[in-house]
Amino acid sequence: MAFVPPARHLLRAKDLADARYFEPLGVEDLARAAGLSRAHFSREFRRAFGESPHAYLLTRRLERAAALLRTTDNSVAEICLAVGLQGIGSFTTSFKRIYGMTPTAYREAFPPAVSQAIVPACVVRAYGRPQHSTFREDSAKAST
Amino acid sequence: MKVANTQLWVHDQDEALAFYTEKLGMEVRNDVTMPEMGDFRWLTVSPAGQEDYSIVLMAIPGEPVMSEDSAEQVKALMAKGFAGTVFLTTDDCQASYEELKARGVEFTEAPEERPYGIDAGFRDPSGNSFRLTQVKLSALT
Repeated sequence: MAFVPPARHLLRAKDLADARYFEPLGVEDLARAAGLSRAHFSREFRRAFGESPHAYLLTRRLERAAALLRTTDNSVAEICLAVGLQGIGSFTTSFKRIYGMTPTAYREAFPPAVSQAIVPACVVRAYGRPQHSTFREDSAKAST
Repeated sequence: MKVANTQLWVHDQDEALAFYTEKLGMEVRNDVTMPEMGDFRWLTVSPAGQEDYSIVLMAIPGEPVMSEDSAEQVKALMAKGFAGTVFLTTDDCQASYEELKARGVEFTEAPEERPYGIDAGFRDPSGNSFRLTQVKLSALT
């Protein structure tokens, strides 16, 4: 049996977030996929990938929501549920924080443009996922 | 000019060999160990029917080829899934998915309809990612 680097288990958790973001999945489930306690998992995940598992899962969901806003005419409420987020209020708030505009304004700003090139889904997902930010970071940036 | 081989880091060549042949169903093109080069092992595989191209399953070397530091960095990147991706095509994504799954390949994404076709995703034991795509020919017209 070959030695498995510890980060390989963290990658399983990240893959789980990418594969099942539309389910009511939480950091607890990701920790279980990596075989670690929740606190230890969050620390190790952040060390390996530069952000918390919570932030990764949220931005994965927002990236998927943004893609659905661009490529479908589903309602904002449907999209919110379709990406595994529960409340429309917190969805709109997080979306605005990360993308700088409401889901509706975002949809208007990006008309569908799927036929320009064959870009694989994994590339779209990886490069389309937004940088996470909190209000605290926003105000810290503004004050510097 | 043609692409002949491309190299992929793996954390264990025997484990990789078993995965690529028994689970993915690829064929070994070369498996040569060279005692005069510190037992360097040139191990290449490719799908049946594609003999002019192969993936080189390369072990991460020690010093003096690669410093211990660099080797650790490559190992860490590979385990985190950032060391490479192989894009495979198939005539029938669903059928290939079921075939590979039955042989024990763990998929990270089941086949899904995309603007460019149908595809699925999985990883090798080292963490390298694979796309398995049934390309829709009309995708770019």
